[in-house]
Amino acid sequence: MNNNSLVISIASGKGGTGKTTLAVNLAAVAGAVTLLDCDVEEPNDHLFLDVKWGESREANVLFPRVDTNLCTGCGECRKACRFNAIVILGKQPLVYPELCHGCGACFLACPEKAITEVPRAVGVIERGPFRDIEFIHGRLNIGEVKGPPLINDVKEAARGNDSHVIIDAPPGTGCPTVEAVRNTDYCVLVTEPTPFGIHDLEAAADMTRQMGVKHGVVVNRSDIGDDRAVRFCEERGVTLLGQIPFDRKAAEAYSRGELLVDALPKYKELFSDLWQTILKEARNA
Amino acid sequence: MADNIKRSPKRLTVISGKGGTGKTSILGAFAALAHNAVLADCDVDAANLHLLLAPKTHKTEKFFAGYKAILNPQTCTACGKCVEMCRFRAISMPDDSAPPIIDALVCEGCGVCHDICPADAIVLEDAVCGDLYESETRFGPMVHAELGVGGEMSGKLVTAVRTRADEIAEKNGHGLVLIDGSPGLGCPVIASLAGVDVALIVAEPTVSGFHDLGRVLDLCKHFGLDACVVINKHDINPDVTSQITSCCSASKVEVAGEIPYDNAFTKAMLAGKTIIEYDAAPVADMVRDIWRRVAGLLGIEQE
Repeated sequence: MNNNSLVISIASGKGGTGKTTLAVNLAAVAGAVTLLDCDVEEPNDHLFLDVKWGESREANVLFPRVDTNLCTGCGECRKACRFNAIVILGKQPLVYPELCHGCGACFLACPEKAITEVPRAVGVIERGPFRDIEFIHGRLNIGEVKGPPLINDVKEAARGNDSHVIIDAPPGTGCPTVEAVRNTDYCVLVTEPTPFGIHDLEAAADMTRQMGVKHGVVVNRSDIGDDRAVRFCEERGVTLLGQIPFDRKAAEAYSRGELLVDALPKYKELFSDLWQTILKEARNA
Repeated sequence: MADNIKRSPKRLTVISGKGGTGKTSILGAFAALAHNAVLADCDVDAANLHLLLAPKTHKTEKFFAGYKAILNPQTCTACGKCVEMCRFRAISMPDDSAPPIIDALVCEGCGVCHDICPADAIVLEDAVCGDLYESETRFGPMVHAELGVGGEMSGKLVTAVRTRADEIAEKNGHGLVLIDGSPGLGCPVIASLAGVDVALIVAEPTVSGFHDLGRVLDLCKHFGLDACVVINKHDINPDVTSQITSCCSASKVEVAGEIPYDNAFTKAMLAGKTIIEYDAAPVADMVRDIWRRVAGLLGIEQE
């Protein structure tokens, strides 16, 4: 990434507020841009883009493998593992993959050097172009619990790109969201003006503040609830980037997997303006 | 003979894959309709059920899980070994001669930095991962939680909420635990599904909703769980609604009902009520029918 390009993350405490809608439509009007879908548990951006899929590869985490000829069953690896992922059965360690964080503590602790670390696939990373968008996403394997390493891999895959980067983050404020928003230049928090929406916006704004990532708010379906989203921005001194009223036609176009900027002409202007506002705010960040 | 065996409560978890499909609105309605249930809000990342049920909290506990690495700058020699060894890139050293900085939001508490520090400058402290609440609502007891930002142990906190709800249910003879799950497919979702009797998936008829439903159904299959589906906002896209219906019937998953798009859910939420309590909402009757079907699947008696 060169010095002028910005990394913009799109997040929200509550799910279903419109992160994906914002990410894909902003990307579609942003000119040459890299779009990363980091909601690896439920990646959806590709459903709105006719991506010419290119490279696909497995994403791995490191996992300990025990050489039973060297292992003496001393239990040092079990003691070193703070995630309780290792039990000693008989005289041999057994590692639970769903508890293992791949930190390497067991490998370092083994006095017999009986542990090697081997890659274990947790998902795939796929990429390809659509119009001016360079698109990359990660897909976590079903039953796999650890999204963050895969999210980091998706972000790494965009390294070296010269364009602006838009990151569609997973909902919530937990470790997957933190991983997606981390080290971005600006975070767009999407909310809806309802009690659930604002409650979760507060949590998301706390998250970005604690992470030191400057942020602004987009209020989606801005006319379905009351004025609490606007009040929130005023009271907290958070930039209100834009408001998008509920539109049944837009909801229907979304349901069919269409880009709003293609389906309904007025959204082209709305998203272009919003993108310019975001860039301006991010540059001032 | 059977009387000697303590019967454990039935458990229902409401999940969705995609966020914002209406999980909490539907679970809140079930809370109003069920008799003698304990409520567990396991969407610890974005807990919202309390906004509908206005619980009175009578017990708050700090929930500890895992560790955080804390660096003592006095003993640190700024050798940089921890920066190199941390797999989570939680430690950075902006100035080569000054002690590094550990980002508490990113630290997973693995202890590698502590183990390898030649100067013994790093300690591991128990990490507060969130708050756990025991409360009372107008529909019965409720257990809920709030995860700290960047919470590593959301799965463990979910398990703690569920364990507490189960204890209350068994102690006071509640026959049912209603669990509000979180979006996605990762650790909190898996923890909210372990060992439940039925998973109710709230789907919406959009290409993304359908896509996510497929992944959630695969997850239920992966864990051998009985699932049923509610299609919310079914009229937004009748084509996708019928695709969902055929997909469910092909995988022998019952569709327990369909609900049209209705702003009454938002209005009820603004009024701090469940849809059942919100006057003159015709969708409330649809939710009642869905509850009867789900209660049937759970094998519990409802009038």
